Amino acid sequence: MFAFLTRRGAIALALLAAALLAAPFLVDRYILSIILLALLGAYLGQAWNILMGFCGLLSLGHAAYLGVGAYASAVLFVNYGIGPWAGVFVAIAAAIALAAAIGWLGFRFRIEGVYFALLTIAFAEIVRIGFDNWPFVGGAAGFFLPVSSATQHQWWNLRGGEVFFYYVALAMAAAALAAAAALRASKLGYALLAIREDPQAARALGVDVTRARFKALFISAALTSVGGVFTAFWTNNLFPAQVLEMSRSIDIILAPIVGGVGTLFGPIVGSFLLVPLGEALTDGLTALGVNAPGAKALVYGLLLMAIIAGTPSGLWPWLSRKLGLQERAE
Amino acid sequence: MSLSLYAEVLIQGVLTGLVYGLMALGLSVIFGVVRVVNFAHGEFAVLAMYCAFVLFGLAGVDPIAASLPLAAVFFAVGYLMQRAIVQPFVTRPQHEQFILLVGVSLVITNGLLLAFGPESKHVDLSYSFDSYTLGGVLIDKTRVYGATAALVATAAVFAFFRYTMTGTAIRAAADNLTGAAVVGLDVKRLYAISFGLGLACVGAAGAIMMALTDMTPLLAPSLTLLAFTIVIVGGLGSMTGALAGGLLIGATEALASVIVSPAIKSMVSFGLLVLVLALRPQGLFGKAEA
Repeated sequence: MFAFLTRRGAIALALLAAALLAAPFLVDRYILSIILLALLGAYLGQAWNILMGFCGLLSLGHAAYLGVGAYASAVLFVNYGIGPWAGVFVAIAAAIALAAAIGWLGFRFRIEGVYFALLTIAFAEIVRIGFDNWPFVGGAAGFFLPVSSATQHQWWNLRGGEVFFYYVALAMAAAALAAAAALRASKLGYALLAIREDPQAARALGVDVTRARFKALFISAALTSVGGVFTAFWTNNLFPAQVLEMSRSIDIILAPIVGGVGTLFGPIVGSFLLVPLGEALTDGLTALGVNAPGAKALVYGLLLMAIIAGTPSGLWPWLSRKLGLQERAE
Repeated sequence: MSLSLYAEVLIQGVLTGLVYGLMALGLSVIFGVVRVVNFAHGEFAVLAMYCAFVLFGLAGVDPIAASLPLAAVFFAVGYLMQRAIVQPFVTRPQHEQFILLVGVSLVITNGLLLAFGPESKHVDLSYSFDSYTLGGVLIDKTRVYGATAALVATAAVFAFFRYTMTGTAIRAAADNLTGAAVVGLDVKRLYAISFGLGLACVGAAGAIMMALTDMTPLLAPSLTLLAFTIVIVGGLGSMTGALAGGLLIGATEALASVIVSPAIKSMVSFGLLVLVLALRPQGLFGKAEA
């Protein structure tokens, strides 16, 4: 599955896995929460990357799948007592239904490139405004889950302390990595890469382009909605202005783009750079006595411009070449 | 609800739509020539609104009058920005251009937040509450002035592309990049001028909008989305389309906010956007790709 890694790369991956497994025993709660956020970012980035990196479809509205998944599972749990392990399937179904609508419009009418990206934004905004004005899910005032205490371990209801959620996030990030690797080595994966490079040539070779794109879109949406379920039960509160906002979609895609679009480790590298960077900025500026709202995001914006200008194809390709972590470019 | 109320709302919507159209025209010019989607478009509009607000506060300059000098300043900003930042990204994939402009938008929005805070700002003009009466229908004076200024600016941009040498050269570069380079046109300069013109449109539109609405830095993303909706409906890269799209969206949103509810109005325009994409993906005035 990871045959493209060099011996050194495999050792690095194993060390990283061991460090992440041991982290709850080694670092304090604050650091752990940052790693958790980075893992969640890596997971969501991986999900987005399957659509953009493998298939070449730029989605700027992934917050819609995240939000729909989060709301579906939370409403089922709070209003009907249906736990997240069942709710997750409803969340996936809802996200796939939404993706089907976007895909139907996009693929049937050959909406490609920047038009597809803008179509995804339009859909995500429609969903956000819809939730904002839907009293059943609390509207703009938000939807709340009963707060779980650290002592109350009900793993079967995805309730537990910070460490529990940390391991869930770690498992999800690892599973997404494995799924993406398996997908890329599969027949569908090769078809997607062919479509990304040249849809017409792929079609000429007998690839059912529309069908393959639908599959990639459904996989990506489903994975993202599972991230939404996690977000709902971890944060215990949902606001359309947070889980469904355009800025959330941007957050999701920053990590894989900065890390390297279309690579397996790009989303992980990107997320583990950007999340701590954001936190360090907050701490650093506070230490300097700068407390104004906006200062952090301003510096973050400048750094983002510098990173994207400096590493055109993302950090991972550059990093793995420098450190000799993989045999050939992914 | 009386018919004259509908007429009133429709006229207000059309007038506002002209200003929207000018803003969207900027996006369309930039995409049509440079092939970069300016994801920081709404942020530049809000920046212009703040400039107009400051000019009004310091020197009592009417925001609508301020649209002219601000267009000039924003032209210079756009010219330099294309030269210094955007040009290297012209040949890079869309998602990387997107990240660059997200960076720009974060810098603008948060710079404004730092400087002015999140409170909403507005200007009180001597004629803010004046209106004309036309056959029993009330029309805001500010909106008439603003729409007129927007229309003049739009006409100027059209005239530039139609009648000047540079404008013609830019159209040539947009149509056939290689051909333009072969006949010796300085494409980088033309790109910079186009980006400058695009921002000049936003600069003027933003200044005018300051006279029409309240504003906060947090308004920027919704303005970006508004500009996107307009140019997609009208046809990305089409100048006539931007104007028509602005009118259509302005009128639709105004009517939707009285018929349905103000909260739903942008949902209606996104619905319109989806409809247009389904029926005519290149937009109402866009050229179908071969």
